[in-house]
Amino acid sequence: MATLVVPKDSSPIEDAETIKRACKGLGTDERALISILAHRNEAQRKLLRQAYLDLYHQDLIQQLKCEVSGKFERGLCYWIMEPAERDAAYAKEALEKATPNYYKIIIEIGCTRTSEELLAIKRSYQFLYKHSLEEDVASHTFGDIRRLLVAIVSTYRYEGHVIDESVAISEANIIHQIIEKKDFSNDEIIRILSTRSKKQLCVTFNSFRNLYGSTITKGLVASPSDEYLDAVRTTIRCIKYPQRYFARVLRNAKNELGIDDDGVSRVIITRAEEDLKEIKDLYFKRNNVTLEDFITNNISADGDYKNFLLALLGSNF
Amino acid sequence: MELNQELEAVPQALSGHGVEESALVTILGKWDPLEREAFRKKTPNLFIEDKERHFQRWDDHYARLLKHEFVRFKNTVMLWSMHPWERDARLVKEAIKKGKASYGVLVEIACTRSSEELLGARKAYHSLFDHSIEEDVASHIHGIERKFLVALVSAYRYEGAKIKNEHAKSEAKIIFDVIKNAHKKPINEDDEVIRILATRSKPHLKALYNHYKDISGKNLDEDLDDIRFKEAVQCLCTPQIYFCKVLDSALKIDVDKNTKKALGRVIVTRADIDIKEIMADYNNLYGVTLPHKIQDIAKGNYKDFLLNLIARGSN
Repeated sequence: MATLVVPKDSSPIEDAETIKRACKGLGTDERALISILAHRNEAQRKLLRQAYLDLYHQDLIQQLKCEVSGKFERGLCYWIMEPAERDAAYAKEALEKATPNYYKIIIEIGCTRTSEELLAIKRSYQFLYKHSLEEDVASHTFGDIRRLLVAIVSTYRYEGHVIDESVAISEANIIHQIIEKKDFSNDEIIRILSTRSKKQLCVTFNSFRNLYGSTITKGLVASPSDEYLDAVRTTIRCIKYPQRYFARVLRNAKNELGIDDDGVSRVIITRAEEDLKEIKDLYFKRNNVTLEDFITNNISADGDYKNFLLALLGSNF
Repeated sequence: MELNQELEAVPQALSGHGVEESALVTILGKWDPLEREAFRKKTPNLFIEDKERHFQRWDDHYARLLKHEFVRFKNTVMLWSMHPWERDARLVKEAIKKGKASYGVLVEIACTRSSEELLGARKAYHSLFDHSIEEDVASHIHGIERKFLVALVSAYRYEGAKIKNEHAKSEAKIIFDVIKNAHKKPINEDDEVIRILATRSKPHLKALYNHYKDISGKNLDEDLDDIRFKEAVQCLCTPQIYFCKVLDSALKIDVDKNTKKALGRVIVTRADIDIKEIMADYNNLYGVTLPHKIQDIAKGNYKDFLLNLIARGSN
């Protein structure tokens, strides 16, 4: 369930005018920006953006880039984008910046969105960057992780209900063999994870658990820690139980290196209209701290950014 | 017509692509038992003389082949009437089922269709078979060509004209080096070549093709030994020439049934797209027009149907 709170009616023209007023003059009324933008759903934001363009002949995102800065600017701009455009931008950024967890972003996009959403993202990516997502993923990666990531973004999974239990059992056995032999680069595991439908894969994961008493992810470990294996585990988690995967991203956001702001912001922004409620609940169950408290206690430096995230979580800002 | 001429006409009606229905109706249909016996005795490739029991029986093998010829018109009609997405989805399904000899069809569909046409085929495949194309290709093909074929059918290429020439040039060099070392490492195992051929846009690959010729002196598809890579490059960079070659192989009397099917497949699938260009290239390459060749080799309703498809397509 979504956590986003929106008013029943809103006027895109009034919203555009309010935002313009908030940006006028030397300062910026961030509170006003949040009170509107963090309380509009995808359809409303689209109309608002168009109204702003019609009234002031300027793209709202470009305007905001001049008014706010830092993490607040980043979060706000991503939030205002349409989901397909947003995911394309996240993917592009991940590939260009090549941060240590760039592959998680690609896998999230490839595995937690529906087949049609992934298609829209790829179209948006081609429109924005004049390349296909597949070709950019391929040319920015090498070896095993390239094969996995390219397969994941190229796939157009069947989304119907038809599954084959015997195939699930045989493929669970194939994966088991791979784990036993530590033959993790075997193409079969990429084939299965990237081409089978999500429902089929869930039956496979269950079959594995029934047959071998353990989960696949537990078997996919090697030392030293391996980026490719982590990517495979991420893929399985995203397919099996996306909300728990996202809760895990949030849980891992606080570590020795500091706070993974990008991860927190990305999960909240991309799931606020989807399933952030379940993610929040799972987070609380594991941490005994609400996500709101975590944000309040750890992201206090940038008050506007904090309030923006809290607003998306359903708080009154 | 004299009986001798008739005895030539009926076997003629039964050899080639399709059958000459009118000859069978008017000639075979009027023969009495003696005439039919003369026919059976005079066509040893259709009928086997049982000398011990004094009768002639159909050659089983030829009878099986004839079954395909009778149904060729029906199959072409069905293929033509289908939505292009269903058509391509069914062609892919059939190619997967038939095995290695038909993998060229997978390459053809994956590489000659536009991004949206291939996507449509993938949608139709979901609807028809409750699986995705990539899942079936991946799970039914086990050989070394699997990686490449799965990558090709999964492609959703950028279709804009914008290309980066330096990349096309450097990637042509990469492929050139891989081909040079093919004796040490087979091209099927080279991730870079697969990456380039399966993900780059067609305009990019056409530029790459030209750069390759500058480096090597020969065309890329000529230098590639692996048949699937060769076909992919031809389909991606010079599709009309590729189709001419397929048609030329198909337009022979004694070819295997997969090759024969290519005639109907190519004409049906290209009649609305680029049959005009294909015909022009065919004429240039072989010195004879496509309709002329079809007139020689095909028979009956099947022949008339194909000629009609070409004629409307080239108007």
